[in-house]
Amino acid sequence: MTHVKTLNKAVLKESVKRGGCGECQTSCQSACKTSCTVANQKCEQLKK
Amino acid sequence: MIHKYKLMDLNIVLDVYSGAVHIVDDVFYDLLDKIGESFDKSQDYSNIIAEVGKKCSQKEAEESFSELCRLNSEGQLYTEDFYAELAQKWNKKSVVKALCLHVAHDCNLRCKYCFADTGEFQGHRCLMSAEVGRAAIDFVIKNSGSRKNIEIDYFGGQPLMNFDVVKEITEYAKLRGKDSGKNFRFTITTNGILLNDKIKEYINENMSNVVLSLDGRKSTNDRMRVRLDGSGSYDAIVPKFIDIANSRNQDNYYVRGTFTAENLNFADDVMHMADLGFLQTSVEPVVAPESESWALKDEHLDIIKAEYEKLAKLYIDRRREGKPFNFFHFMIDLDQGPCIVKRLSGCGAGHEYVAVTPEGDIYPCHQFVGNTDFKMGSVLTGEFDENIKSKFEKSNVYTKPDCEKCFAKFYCSGGCSANAYNFNKDINKPYRLACEFERKRVECAIAIEAIKAMEGLD
Repeated sequence: MTHVKTLNKAVLKESVKRGGCGECQTSCQSACKTSCTVANQKCEQLKK
Repeated sequence: MIHKYKLMDLNIVLDVYSGAVHIVDDVFYDLLDKIGESFDKSQDYSNIIAEVGKKCSQKEAEESFSELCRLNSEGQLYTEDFYAELAQKWNKKSVVKALCLHVAHDCNLRCKYCFADTGEFQGHRCLMSAEVGRAAIDFVIKNSGSRKNIEIDYFGGQPLMNFDVVKEITEYAKLRGKDSGKNFRFTITTNGILLNDKIKEYINENMSNVVLSLDGRKSTNDRMRVRLDGSGSYDAIVPKFIDIANSRNQDNYYVRGTFTAENLNFADDVMHMADLGFLQTSVEPVVAPESESWALKDEHLDIIKAEYEKLAKLYIDRRREGKPFNFFHFMIDLDQGPCIVKRLSGCGAGHEYVAVTPEGDIYPCHQFVGNTDFKMGSVLTGEFDENIKSKFEKSNVYTKPDCEKCFAKFYCSGGCSANAYNFNKDINKPYRLACEFERKRVECAIAIEAIKAMEGLD
Protein backbone atom coordinates (compact mmCIF):
# COMPACT_ATOMS: atom_id res chain seq x y z
CA MET A 1 0.00 0.00 0.00
CA THR A 2 1.23 3.46 -0.79
CA HIS A 3 1.06 6.26 1.75
CA VAL A 4 2.14 9.06 -0.55
CA LYS A 5 0.82 10.58 -3.75
CA THR A 6 3.43 12.78 -5.40
CA LEU A 7 1.93 15.61 -7.45
CA ASN A 8 4.99 16.75 -9.35
CA LYS A 9 8.65 16.07 -9.83
CA ALA A 10 11.67 17.85 -8.46
CA VAL A 11 11.08 20.78 -10.78
CA LEU A 12 13.30 23.34 -9.12
CA LYS A 13 16.53 21.40 -9.38
CA GLU A 14 15.74 20.50 -12.98
CA SER A 15 15.16 24.16 -13.80
CA VAL A 16 18.78 25.02 -13.05
CA LYS A 17 19.60 23.55 -16.46
CA ARG A 18 17.41 26.02 -18.33
CA GLY A 19 17.88 28.82 -15.87
CA GLY A 20 18.32 32.45 -16.33
CA CYS A 21 17.68 33.36 -19.95
CA GLY A 22 15.68 36.36 -18.68
CA GLU A 23 13.13 36.35 -21.50
CA CYS A 24 10.19 35.76 -19.16
CA GLN A 25 7.64 38.31 -18.07
CA THR A 26 8.44 40.68 -15.23
CA SER A 27 6.22 39.80 -12.28
CA CYS A 28 4.93 43.30 -11.73
CA GLN A 29 3.67 43.62 -15.29
CA SER A 30 0.82 41.24 -14.62
CA ALA A 31 -1.53 42.01 -11.79
CA CYS A 32 0.28 42.52 -8.55
CA LYS A 33 1.96 45.96 -8.52
CA THR A 34 2.15 45.97 -4.72
CA SER A 35 3.52 42.55 -3.82
CA CYS A 36 5.78 39.99 -5.40
CA THR A 37 4.62 36.65 -6.69
CA VAL A 38 6.73 34.78 -9.18
CA ALA A 39 5.43 31.22 -8.92
CA ASN A 40 2.61 31.89 -11.36
CA GLN A 41 4.86 33.27 -14.06
CA LYS A 42 5.43 31.18 -17.15
CA CYS A 43 8.84 30.08 -18.32
CA GLU A 44 9.37 31.48 -21.80
CA GLN A 45 11.27 28.35 -22.87
CA LEU A 46 8.52 25.96 -21.74
CA LYS A 47 5.74 28.08 -23.24
CA LYS A 48 6.81 27.18 -26.76
CA MET B 1 13.77 21.35 4.54
CA ILE B 2 10.11 20.40 4.34
CA HIS B 3 6.88 22.19 5.09
CA LYS B 4 3.88 20.10 6.03
CA TYR B 5 0.38 21.33 6.75
CA LYS B 6 -3.25 20.28 6.74
CA LEU B 7 -5.69 22.15 4.54
CA MET B 8 -9.00 21.29 2.88
CA ASP B 9 -8.91 17.76 4.37
CA LEU B 10 -5.48 17.05 2.88
CA ASN B 11 -2.10 16.34 4.48
CA ILE B 12 0.28 18.29 2.26
CA VAL B 13 4.08 18.12 2.23
CA LEU B 14 6.20 20.57 0.29
CA ASP B 15 9.84 19.64 -0.20
CA VAL B 16 11.20 23.16 -0.29
CA TYR B 17 14.46 22.72 -2.22
CA SER B 18 13.20 20.33 -4.89
CA GLY B 19 9.74 21.87 -5.28
CA ALA B 20 8.11 18.43 -5.05
CA VAL B 21 4.64 18.31 -3.48
CA HIS B 22 3.24 15.19 -1.82
CA ILE B 23 -0.17 14.33 -0.47
CA VAL B 24 0.32 11.88 2.37
CA ASP B 25 -1.88 9.79 4.66
CA ASP B 26 -2.06 10.16 8.43
CA VAL B 27 0.57 7.47 9.06
CA PHE B 28 3.12 9.18 6.84
CA TYR B 29 2.24 12.59 8.29
CA ASP B 30 2.78 11.25 11.80
CA LEU B 31 6.13 9.79 10.74
CA LEU B 32 7.27 13.16 9.35
CA ASP B 33 6.04 14.83 12.50
CA LYS B 34 8.28 12.64 14.61
CA ILE B 35 11.31 12.84 12.30
CA GLY B 36 11.13 16.62 12.25
CA GLU B 37 12.78 19.23 10.05
CA SER B 38 15.74 17.24 8.79
CA PHE B 39 16.43 13.64 7.85
CA ASP B 40 19.71 11.73 7.90
CA LYS B 41 19.52 8.38 6.13
CA SER B 42 22.48 7.02 8.11
CA GLN B 43 20.61 7.54 11.36
CA ASP B 44 18.67 4.75 13.12
CA TYR B 45 14.95 5.56 13.10
CA SER B 46 13.67 2.23 14.48
CA ASN B 47 12.35 3.83 17.69
CA ILE B 48 10.38 6.40 15.72
CA ILE B 49 8.98 3.71 13.40
CA ALA B 50 7.94 1.64 16.42
CA GLU B 51 6.24 4.67 17.97
CA VAL B 52 4.36 5.48 14.76
CA GLY B 53 3.36 1.80 14.55
CA LYS B 54 1.51 2.06 17.86
CA LYS B 55 -1.14 4.27 16.24
CA CYS B 56 -1.50 2.08 13.13
CA SER B 57 0.19 -1.23 12.37
CA GLN B 58 3.92 -1.83 12.47
CA LYS B 59 3.72 -2.87 8.81
CA GLU B 60 2.19 0.47 7.79
CA ALA B 61 4.83 2.39 9.73
CA GLU B 62 7.60 0.41 8.06
CA GLU B 63 6.04 0.85 4.61
CA SER B 64 5.85 4.59 5.17
CA PHE B 65 9.46 4.74 6.25
CA SER B 66 10.64 2.88 3.17
CA GLU B 67 8.61 5.26 0.97
CA LEU B 68 10.23 8.17 2.75
CA CYS B 69 13.68 6.71 2.09
CA ARG B 70 12.82 6.17 -1.57
CA LEU B 71 11.61 9.77 -2.03
CA ASN B 72 14.69 11.04 -0.24
CA SER B 73 17.03 9.06 -2.49
CA GLU B 74 15.11 10.28 -5.56
CA GLY B 75 15.64 13.89 -4.45
CA GLN B 76 12.00 14.60 -3.66
CA LEU B 77 11.94 14.71 0.12
CA TYR B 78 14.27 16.25 2.67
CA THR B 79 16.31 17.56 -0.22
CA GLU B 80 19.36 19.61 0.66
CA ASP B 81 19.78 23.25 -0.34
CA PHE B 82 21.72 23.20 -3.58
CA TYR B 83 21.15 26.84 -4.53
CA ALA B 84 23.18 28.53 -1.81
CA GLU B 85 26.32 28.10 -3.88
CA LEU B 86 24.59 29.51 -6.94
CA ALA B 87 23.54 32.52 -4.87
CA GLN B 88 27.06 33.00 -3.49
CA LYS B 89 28.42 33.26 -7.00
CA TRP B 90 25.55 35.56 -7.88
CA ASN B 91 26.65 37.85 -10.67
CA LYS B 92 23.51 38.51 -12.55
CA LYS B 93 24.64 41.22 -14.97
CA SER B 94 21.07 42.23 -15.61
CA VAL B 95 19.81 44.25 -18.51
CA VAL B 96 16.75 46.49 -18.43
CA LYS B 97 13.95 44.62 -20.17
CA ALA B 98 10.76 46.10 -18.73
CA LEU B 99 9.51 49.65 -18.24
CA CYS B 100 6.63 50.96 -16.21
CA LEU B 101 5.80 54.18 -18.03
CA HIS B 102 4.02 56.72 -15.87
CA VAL B 103 2.27 58.37 -18.77
CA ALA B 104 0.03 60.41 -16.48
CA HIS B 105 0.78 61.69 -13.03
CA ASP B 106 -2.82 62.67 -12.74
CA CYS B 107 -5.98 60.75 -12.06
CA ASN B 108 -9.74 61.19 -12.41
CA LEU B 109 -10.37 59.22 -9.22
CA ARG B 110 -9.31 59.97 -5.66
CA CYS B 111 -8.91 56.47 -4.25
CA LYS B 112 -8.26 56.87 -0.56
CA TYR B 113 -5.55 54.19 -0.30
CA CYS B 114 -3.61 55.27 -3.41
CA PHE B 115 0.14 54.72 -2.94
CA ALA B 116 0.60 57.11 -5.84
CA ASP B 117 -0.71 60.03 -3.77
CA THR B 118 -3.91 60.08 -5.90
CA GLY B 119 -1.78 60.35 -9.01
CA GLU B 120 0.70 63.03 -7.97
CA PHE B 121 3.45 60.70 -6.67
CA GLN B 122 4.56 63.37 -4.19
CA GLY B 123 5.12 65.74 -7.11
CA HIS B 124 2.70 67.70 -9.23
CA ARG B 125 0.02 66.61 -11.70
CA CYS B 126 1.48 66.26 -15.19
CA LEU B 127 1.40 64.13 -18.33
CA MET B 128 4.25 62.41 -20.17
CA SER B 129 5.08 63.88 -23.56
CA ALA B 130 5.53 61.70 -26.64
CA GLU B 131 9.15 62.91 -26.73
CA VAL B 132 9.85 61.47 -23.27
CA GLY B 133 7.99 58.27 -24.22
CA ARG B 134 10.09 57.81 -27.35
CA ALA B 135 13.25 58.45 -25.33
CA ALA B 136 12.15 55.73 -22.92
CA ILE B 137 11.76 53.28 -25.81
CA ASP B 138 15.21 54.23 -27.12
CA PHE B 139 16.59 53.79 -23.59
CA VAL B 140 15.24 50.26 -23.18
CA ILE B 141 16.43 49.20 -26.62
CA LYS B 142 19.92 50.50 -25.80
CA ASN B 143 20.01 48.93 -22.33
CA SER B 144 18.40 45.54 -22.96
CA GLY B 145 21.45 43.82 -24.48
CA SER B 146 20.49 40.63 -26.30
CA ARG B 147 17.03 40.28 -24.65
CA LYS B 148 14.40 39.93 -27.33
CA ASN B 149 11.21 40.32 -25.30
CA ILE B 150 10.69 43.82 -23.93
CA GLU B 151 7.70 44.81 -21.80
CA ILE B 152 6.11 48.22 -21.61
CA ASP B 153 3.44 48.81 -18.98
CA TYR B 154 1.39 51.99 -19.21
CA PHE B 155 0.68 53.10 -15.70
CA GLY B 156 -0.20 56.24 -13.83
CA GLY B 157 -2.04 57.94 -12.32
CA GLN B 158 -4.51 57.17 -15.01
CA PRO B 159 -2.95 56.35 -18.39
CA LEU B 160 -6.21 56.85 -20.30
CA MET B 161 -5.91 60.58 -19.48
CA ASN B 162 -2.99 60.62 -21.92
CA PHE B 163 -4.05 57.95 -24.41
CA ASP B 164 -2.93 59.79 -27.55
CA VAL B 165 0.60 59.65 -26.19
CA VAL B 166 0.14 55.96 -25.27
CA LYS B 167 -0.69 55.30 -28.91
CA GLU B 168 2.23 57.38 -30.15
CA ILE B 169 4.69 55.54 -27.91
CA THR B 170 3.24 52.15 -28.89
CA GLU B 171 3.52 52.85 -32.61
CA TYR B 172 7.06 54.15 -32.16
CA ALA B 173 8.06 51.05 -30.16
CA LYS B 174 6.58 48.73 -32.79
CA LEU B 175 8.56 50.52 -35.48
CA ARG B 176 11.81 50.53 -33.48
CA GLY B 177 11.21 46.89 -32.52
CA LYS B 178 11.43 45.90 -36.17
CA ASP B 179 14.76 47.61 -36.80
CA SER B 180 16.30 46.54 -33.47
CA GLY B 181 15.07 42.94 -33.38
CA LYS B 182 13.04 43.46 -30.22
CA ASN B 183 9.62 42.04 -29.52
CA PHE B 184 7.65 44.65 -27.57
CA ARG B 185 4.73 43.54 -25.39
CA PHE B 186 2.41 46.19 -24.04
CA THR B 187 0.18 46.19 -20.97
CA ILE B 188 -1.98 48.88 -19.43
CA THR B 189 -3.62 49.47 -16.07
CA THR B 190 -6.83 51.49 -15.96
CA ASN B 191 -9.62 52.56 -13.64
CA GLY B 192 -12.00 52.44 -16.62
CA ILE B 193 -13.57 55.89 -16.28
CA LEU B 194 -12.43 57.03 -19.73
CA LEU B 195 -12.69 53.65 -21.41
CA ASN B 196 -14.67 53.80 -24.69
CA ASP B 197 -15.02 51.68 -27.82
CA LYS B 198 -12.14 53.33 -29.67
CA ILE B 199 -9.74 52.93 -26.77
CA LYS B 200 -10.94 49.37 -26.22
CA GLU B 201 -10.28 48.54 -29.84
CA TYR B 202 -6.74 49.93 -29.69
CA ILE B 203 -6.00 48.13 -26.41
CA ASN B 204 -7.28 44.84 -27.81
CA GLU B 205 -5.19 45.18 -30.93
CA ASN B 206 -1.99 46.11 -29.14
CA MET B 207 -1.91 45.14 -25.47
CA SER B 208 -1.09 41.63 -24.30
CA ASN B 209 -2.60 42.29 -20.88
CA VAL B 210 -4.94 44.86 -19.38
CA VAL B 211 -5.43 45.39 -15.66
CA LEU B 212 -8.87 46.73 -14.75
CA SER B 213 -9.08 48.27 -11.30
CA LEU B 214 -12.16 47.23 -9.33
CA ASP B 215 -12.32 46.38 -5.63
CA GLY B 216 -15.29 44.00 -5.73
CA ARG B 217 -18.76 44.68 -4.39
CA LYS B 218 -20.26 48.12 -4.99
CA SER B 219 -20.13 48.96 -1.28
CA THR B 220 -16.43 47.97 -1.09
CA ASN B 221 -15.44 49.68 -4.31
CA ASP B 222 -17.30 52.91 -3.68
CA ARG B 223 -15.95 53.28 -0.15
CA MET B 224 -12.42 53.72 -1.51
CA ARG B 225 -12.54 54.29 -5.26
CA VAL B 226 -14.26 57.66 -5.45
CA ARG B 227 -14.47 60.45 -7.96
CA LEU B 228 -13.38 64.02 -7.30
CA ASP B 229 -16.85 64.84 -5.94
CA GLY B 230 -16.69 61.89 -3.54
CA SER B 231 -19.19 59.71 -5.43
CA GLY B 232 -18.40 56.06 -6.17
CA SER B 233 -17.08 54.72 -9.47
CA TYR B 234 -18.64 51.22 -9.54
CA ASP B 235 -21.70 51.95 -11.71
CA ALA B 236 -19.64 53.75 -14.36
CA ILE B 237 -16.89 51.18 -14.72
CA VAL B 238 -18.42 47.73 -14.24
CA PRO B 239 -20.37 47.60 -17.54
CA LYS B 240 -17.24 48.74 -19.42
CA PHE B 241 -15.07 46.17 -17.68
CA ILE B 242 -17.51 43.36 -18.48
CA ASP B 243 -17.54 44.52 -22.09
CA ILE B 244 -13.76 44.68 -22.51
CA ALA B 245 -13.22 41.35 -20.68
CA ASN B 246 -15.71 39.67 -23.03
CA SER B 247 -14.14 41.34 -26.05
CA ARG B 248 -10.83 39.71 -25.02
CA ASN B 249 -12.55 36.31 -24.75
CA GLN B 250 -12.20 36.48 -20.96
CA ASP B 251 -8.44 36.10 -21.23
CA ASN B 252 -5.30 38.23 -21.06
CA TYR B 253 -6.72 40.69 -18.55
CA TYR B 254 -7.28 40.93 -14.80
CA VAL B 255 -9.89 42.69 -12.75
CA ARG B 256 -7.68 43.75 -9.90
CA GLY B 257 -8.78 45.05 -6.55
CA THR B 258 -7.33 46.02 -3.22
CA PHE B 259 -8.62 44.87 0.14
CA THR B 260 -8.18 46.87 3.31
CA ALA B 261 -9.04 46.65 7.00
CA GLU B 262 -12.50 47.85 5.97
CA ASN B 263 -13.28 44.75 3.89
CA LEU B 264 -11.53 41.89 5.62
CA ASN B 265 -14.24 39.65 4.13
CA PHE B 266 -12.58 40.16 0.76
CA ALA B 267 -13.42 36.62 -0.39
CA ASP B 268 -16.93 37.97 -0.92
CA ASP B 269 -15.47 40.66 -3.17
CA VAL B 270 -13.58 38.11 -5.24
CA MET B 271 -16.72 35.98 -5.53
CA HIS B 272 -18.65 39.07 -6.58
CA MET B 273 -16.18 39.57 -9.42
CA ALA B 274 -16.68 35.94 -10.43
CA ASP B 275 -20.46 36.40 -10.22
CA LEU B 276 -20.17 39.36 -12.59
CA GLY B 277 -18.67 36.92 -15.08
CA PHE B 278 -14.98 37.82 -14.74
CA LEU B 279 -12.74 34.80 -15.19
CA GLN B 280 -9.43 36.52 -14.36
CA THR B 281 -9.36 38.12 -10.92
CA SER B 282 -6.82 39.49 -8.49
CA VAL B 283 -7.30 41.15 -5.12
CA GLU B 284 -4.28 42.41 -3.22
CA PRO B 285 -3.74 43.49 0.37
CA VAL B 286 -3.47 47.26 0.72
CA VAL B 287 -0.05 48.67 1.44
CA ALA B 288 -0.50 51.58 3.82
CA PRO B 289 1.21 53.03 6.90
CA GLU B 290 -0.35 51.83 10.16
CA SER B 291 -1.59 55.36 10.88
CA GLU B 292 -4.29 54.96 8.21
CA SER B 293 -7.64 53.61 9.41
CA TRP B 294 -7.76 51.12 6.54
CA ALA B 295 -4.21 49.80 7.05
CA LEU B 296 -3.74 46.08 7.63
CA LYS B 297 -2.20 45.27 11.00
CA ASP B 298 -1.11 42.29 13.12
CA GLU B 299 -4.52 42.15 14.75
CA HIS B 300 -6.08 41.34 11.33
CA LEU B 301 -3.75 38.48 10.50
CA ASP B 302 -5.85 35.54 11.70
CA ILE B 303 -8.96 36.90 10.02
CA ILE B 304 -7.12 37.41 6.73
CA LYS B 305 -5.60 33.92 6.79
CA ALA B 306 -9.03 32.41 7.44
CA GLU B 307 -10.43 34.50 4.61
CA TYR B 308 -7.85 33.14 2.15
CA GLU B 309 -8.82 29.61 3.22
CA LYS B 310 -12.48 30.45 2.77
CA LEU B 311 -11.74 31.79 -0.71
CA ALA B 312 -9.75 28.66 -1.58
CA LYS B 313 -12.74 26.46 -0.67
CA LEU B 314 -15.15 28.62 -2.68
CA TYR B 315 -12.67 28.59 -5.56
CA ILE B 316 -12.62 24.80 -5.63
CA ASP B 317 -16.41 24.62 -5.23
CA ARG B 318 -16.77 26.72 -8.40
CA ARG B 319 -14.50 24.33 -10.25
CA ARG B 320 -16.52 21.36 -9.03
CA GLU B 321 -19.64 23.11 -10.31
CA GLY B 322 -18.00 23.51 -13.72
CA LYS B 323 -17.75 27.30 -13.29
CA PRO B 324 -14.02 27.88 -12.83
CA PHE B 325 -12.37 31.28 -12.58
CA ASN B 326 -8.78 32.30 -11.83
CA PHE B 327 -7.49 34.18 -8.81
CA PHE B 328 -4.00 35.59 -9.45
CA HIS B 329 -2.46 34.55 -6.13
CA PHE B 330 -3.84 31.02 -6.29
CA MET B 331 -2.36 30.41 -9.73
CA ILE B 332 0.72 28.31 -9.31
CA ASP B 333 2.34 26.05 -11.83
CA LEU B 334 3.82 23.10 -9.98
CA ASP B 335 5.35 21.60 -13.12
CA GLN B 336 6.38 24.39 -15.46
CA GLY B 337 6.83 27.48 -13.36
CA PRO B 338 9.75 29.86 -13.58
CA CYS B 339 13.34 28.65 -13.29
CA ILE B 340 15.31 28.89 -10.09
CA VAL B 341 17.22 31.98 -11.24
CA LYS B 342 13.93 33.84 -11.60
CA ARG B 343 12.74 32.46 -8.27
CA LEU B 344 15.89 33.69 -6.54
CA SER B 345 15.84 37.17 -8.02
CA GLY B 346 12.15 38.07 -8.10
CA CYS B 347 10.45 40.90 -9.91
CA GLY B 348 13.62 42.54 -11.20
CA ALA B 349 12.85 46.01 -9.84
CA GLY B 350 15.80 48.37 -10.10
CA HIS B 351 17.81 46.27 -12.54
CA GLU B 352 15.55 44.50 -15.06
CA TYR B 353 12.45 46.57 -14.48
CA VAL B 354 12.36 50.33 -13.92
CA ALA B 355 9.73 53.04 -13.80
CA VAL B 356 9.88 56.23 -15.86
CA THR B 357 8.11 59.41 -14.71
CA PRO B 358 6.41 61.95 -17.00
CA GLU B 359 9.60 64.03 -16.76
CA GLY B 360 11.71 61.06 -17.93
CA ASP B 361 13.25 60.32 -14.53
CA ILE B 362 14.08 56.68 -13.80
CA TYR B 363 13.21 54.93 -10.51
CA PRO B 364 13.63 51.26 -9.47
CA CYS B 365 9.87 50.68 -9.78
CA HIS B 366 6.53 52.46 -9.66
CA GLN B 367 6.44 52.25 -5.87
CA PHE B 368 9.75 54.11 -5.48
CA VAL B 369 8.67 57.01 -7.71
CA GLY B 370 8.83 60.27 -5.80
CA ASN B 371 11.55 59.09 -3.39
CA THR B 372 14.44 61.09 -4.81
CA ASP B 373 17.03 58.98 -2.92
CA PHE B 374 16.18 56.31 -5.48
CA LYS B 375 16.25 58.48 -8.59
CA MET B 376 18.44 56.45 -10.94
CA GLY B 377 18.79 58.76 -13.91
CA SER B 378 16.87 60.01 -16.90
CA VAL B 379 15.82 58.56 -20.23
CA LEU B 380 16.43 62.01 -21.75
CA THR B 381 20.13 62.08 -20.87
CA GLY B 382 20.67 58.31 -20.86
CA GLU B 383 22.17 58.59 -17.37
CA PHE B 384 21.58 55.42 -15.29
CA ASP B 385 22.96 54.96 -11.76
CA GLU B 386 24.84 51.66 -11.76
CA ASN B 387 25.33 51.80 -7.97
CA ILE B 388 21.60 51.74 -7.28
CA LYS B 389 21.16 49.13 -10.00
CA SER B 390 23.83 46.98 -8.40
CA LYS B 391 22.12 47.07 -4.98
CA PHE B 392 18.91 45.70 -6.47
CA GLU B 393 20.74 43.27 -8.72
CA LYS B 394 22.59 41.73 -5.79
CA SER B 395 19.46 41.35 -3.70
CA ASN B 396 17.99 37.84 -3.80
CA VAL B 397 16.45 35.22 -1.54
CA TYR B 398 19.85 34.47 -0.01
CA THR B 399 20.63 38.09 0.88
CA LYS B 400 17.46 38.23 3.02
CA PRO B 401 18.04 36.60 6.41
CA ASP B 402 14.30 36.42 7.13
CA CYS B 403 13.87 34.10 4.13
CA GLU B 404 16.31 31.47 5.35
CA LYS B 405 13.76 29.34 7.16
CA CYS B 406 10.72 30.28 5.10
CA PHE B 407 9.12 27.54 3.01
CA ALA B 408 7.60 30.05 0.57
CA LYS B 409 10.83 31.73 -0.46
CA PHE B 410 10.93 30.24 -3.96
CA TYR B 411 7.35 31.34 -4.63
CA CYS B 412 7.72 35.03 -3.78
CA SER B 413 11.49 35.49 -4.17
CA GLY B 414 11.76 37.28 -0.88
CA GLY B 415 8.90 39.67 -1.51
CA CYS B 416 8.53 43.19 -2.79
CA SER B 417 11.60 45.43 -2.46
CA ALA B 418 9.47 48.56 -2.23
CA ASN B 419 7.44 47.15 0.65
CA ALA B 420 10.65 46.08 2.38
CA TYR B 421 12.13 49.54 2.01
CA ASN B 422 8.97 51.41 2.95
CA PHE B 423 8.43 49.43 6.15
CA ASN B 424 12.00 48.52 7.15
CA LYS B 425 14.22 50.96 5.22
CA ASP B 426 16.10 47.98 3.79
CA ILE B 427 15.32 46.17 0.52
CA ASN B 428 16.73 42.99 2.06
CA LYS B 429 14.37 43.02 5.04
CA PRO B 430 10.95 41.87 3.83
CA TYR B 431 7.71 43.40 5.10
CA ARG B 432 6.57 40.83 7.67
CA LEU B 433 2.81 41.07 7.18
CA ALA B 434 3.19 40.57 3.43
CA CYS B 435 5.25 37.44 4.18
CA GLU B 436 2.46 36.08 6.37
CA PHE B 437 -0.09 36.69 3.61
CA GLU B 438 2.15 35.11 0.99
CA ARG B 439 2.73 31.97 3.05
CA LYS B 440 -1.00 31.46 3.44
CA ARG B 441 -1.63 32.08 -0.28
CA VAL B 442 1.06 29.57 -1.25
CA GLU B 443 -0.45 26.98 1.10
CA CYS B 444 -3.88 27.56 -0.44
CA ALA B 445 -2.54 27.52 -4.00
CA ILE B 446 -0.78 24.18 -3.50
CA ALA B 447 -3.88 22.66 -1.88
CA ILE B 448 -5.97 23.84 -4.83
CA GLU B 449 -3.54 22.27 -7.30
CA ALA B 450 -3.66 19.04 -5.31
CA ILE B 451 -7.47 18.87 -5.42
CA LYS B 452 -7.52 19.80 -9.09
CA ALA B 453 -5.09 16.99 -9.87
CA MET B 454 -6.88 14.39 -7.74
CA GLU B 455 -10.36 15.23 -8.96
CA GLY B 456 -9.41 16.00 -12.55
CA LEU B 457 -10.75 19.56 -12.35
CA ASP B 458 -9.90 22.42 -14.72
